[in-house]
Amino acid sequence: MIKRFVALVLLAAIGAMFLTLLAGYEPDTELNLTARYYADHTAEDIGAANIVTAIVVTYRGLDTLGEVTVLFLASTIVGLVLALGRKQEKNQRALLPAGELLTTGTRFLAPLIMLLGVYVFVNGHLTPGGGFQGGAIIASGALLLLLADPLKHFSHGLISTVESFAGIFYVVIGLLGLFLAGGFLDNRFLPTGALGALFSAGAIPLIYSLIGLKVGAELSSMLANLAETEEL
Amino acid sequence: MTYVAMATGFLLILIGFYGALTNRNLLRMIVAFTVADSGVNLVIVAIGYMHGRTAPILDSTVKASAAATRIIDPVPQALVLTAIVIGVGVTALMLAYAYKLYEKKQTLDIAKFTELKW
Repeated sequence: MIKRFVALVLLAAIGAMFLTLLAGYEPDTELNLTARYYADHTAEDIGAANIVTAIVVTYRGLDTLGEVTVLFLASTIVGLVLALGRKQEKNQRALLPAGELLTTGTRFLAPLIMLLGVYVFVNGHLTPGGGFQGGAIIASGALLLLLADPLKHFSHGLISTVESFAGIFYVVIGLLGLFLAGGFLDNRFLPTGALGALFSAGAIPLIYSLIGLKVGAELSSMLANLAETEEL
Repeated sequence: MTYVAMATGFLLILIGFYGALTNRNLLRMIVAFTVADSGVNLVIVAIGYMHGRTAPILDSTVKASAAATRIIDPVPQALVLTAIVIGVGVTALMLAYAYKLYEKKQTLDIAKFTELKW
């Protein structure tokens, strides 16, 4: 009881803080300096229609490389922690088969979901979306497969191969930018093309596709690792 | 509109903290943390919103030359994109550790884990 009271007092304090922030908040009417720079220069410098993508992949590309690394570390540690002390000899108890609807629905939907994921990351420089979103959609397809057949074993070899190659090529493209264009992860060693075309924005579609594959592989391996903990 | 989104975000943060502080079940605490996480993301996106403007994507209706007066701030959106991805990683890690703790003690009740208690 006293614990709940302390928690409520703490929350009231944080809530009061938030209220002050909310009361003193005035929405900007003009873009600030950084945002204005991005808005003015993205089209001619980067050639990407989606300014958020231009920021994530090119202007702040190094941060994204770090972010992908964090996700890679997280998925590796999940695999490591869950693999420790896992019993090798599993007594495979027969599970009730997944329902007809789920099985058939999965066969129909899983390839379409994966295709949508690929579409989202290939068009990341034109439409809302990109590598991270597309990767998450691909992983949701993997989750559907796992739901329909909990005993399904994804090939961890294949997943880690896809992931490693995507990671290596990401860094290689970054280095190409360093040698052929202005700096590390500069996208302009390929032609920037016409604004809004699929093959535009230099190396951004390439980099975002690699990020999409990498994120999809990482999230799928997390899901597969968590699914394999299921005690049967 | 900005205020509604921002107030919702703050409320979600508070709900998440309340859940994390009062629940004893590890899984419920993890869910509470993800709720707070969504709240933080909502607040950051709301900061970038500007009334009467559109998404930071250039096309035939938002010309590149007029972009600075037509679009909302793209920087918070890029930030939140990063935050969401990191949030997924953190949640997966928490779940993996919760599973290991359950394997060790056969319980998810945080009060039963007394090793670090003083």
